[in-house]
Amino acid sequence: MSYDSALKNFLYRMADDHLILGHRNSEWTGLGPMLEEDLAFSNMAQDKLGQSLALYEILQSLGEQHPDTVAFTRKVAEYHCCQYVEYPIGEYDYSLIRHFLFDHAAYLRFEMLTQSSCEPLAKLAAKVKGEIKYHVMHANIWIDKLGNGNEESHRRLQTVIDNNFNLALGIFETGEDESAIINEKIFDGEQVLMEKWLSSIEPVLAKANLKLPPRIEWNPAVGGRKGNHTVHLQPLLTEMQEVFSIDPNAEW
Amino acid sequence: MKILSLDPRIARTELPDGSVELSPLTEFQTYEVFHQKKRGDQHEHVGIVHAPNDEMALLFAKDQYARRGVCVNLWVVKTENVIATSYDDTDIFLIAPEKIYREAGGYKVMDKINKYKGKK
Repeated sequence: MSYDSALKNFLYRMADDHLILGHRNSEWTGLGPMLEEDLAFSNMAQDKLGQSLALYEILQSLGEQHPDTVAFTRKVAEYHCCQYVEYPIGEYDYSLIRHFLFDHAAYLRFEMLTQSSCEPLAKLAAKVKGEIKYHVMHANIWIDKLGNGNEESHRRLQTVIDNNFNLALGIFETGEDESAIINEKIFDGEQVLMEKWLSSIEPVLAKANLKLPPRIEWNPAVGGRKGNHTVHLQPLLTEMQEVFSIDPNAEW
Repeated sequence: MKILSLDPRIARTELPDGSVELSPLTEFQTYEVFHQKKRGDQHEHVGIVHAPNDEMALLFAKDQYARRGVCVNLWVVKTENVIATSYDDTDIFLIAPEKIYREAGGYKVMDKINKYKGKK
């Protein structure tokens, strides 16, 4: 696996994760549980779209197509996001837990990437780290508030964690290029990230008396990185690509 | 009446038919938000946020008042902790017209001078 193709694969996975989750989370705009939270969640969704754009731009500099073309014309199997990000937003408990689990991983990933051998990526990571630091703060405070809220709020969070943890583990799905990515010092690898992630989320959950499922039950939902997606991704793409497919030259 | 919307996000929520009974809102308390543009500057009042606790008030304040433009620091203060004069006592602020020399008009000039210097 050449340096270039390993790097490109890695960037596509990251960019697609951020694009799809950013689009998903934006579905809360106007419908959030309260005005202030609606704004905060929408802002963070917009941040994610911005991060995906920056990653697609790095890809473009490596010879890939224009970010709009990449985002709006690919077929479902050409997306390399993990399956977790494509699921519908559900109720707010679902979206909050996904925000918590995904953004902790995203923050740590960008932090690790500040040391990447890919210079534009390292620069971008240093730039967006602060943005995601705020996302993590936001998620942590909600976990604390609701985990220590009442019986219902605690039970709802715990249920969502129990039912979706394997999906979250799918964030760390590796491809054939994993050893190239590590050897070329693009990134220290998904395994290292996952261990960091666990030590980052566990204390927050413990403070809210929330538990991860026992390790023996862990069974990561993989396939997304290879283009195998759930039934939920196609309707999202259809909606997201609608304007572009009607008029590719539309400006808004 | 079915609520129809062109916005797919609204359509997806499948809002119920017929009239919806709205219960009185239980609002969170409000916090007054102050932001600081650069270190050493005074914090300026910029607005309020609803929030269930102090930490979240800071988060929401950041999103509403510090997402655009420069900010290095934020304060939030529970609105109920603000001690204010009464509007019934507005007369205490009346100034004596013959003592106009006591007004701090000079400061306004200083602001303009500083602003001009800042531009340069």
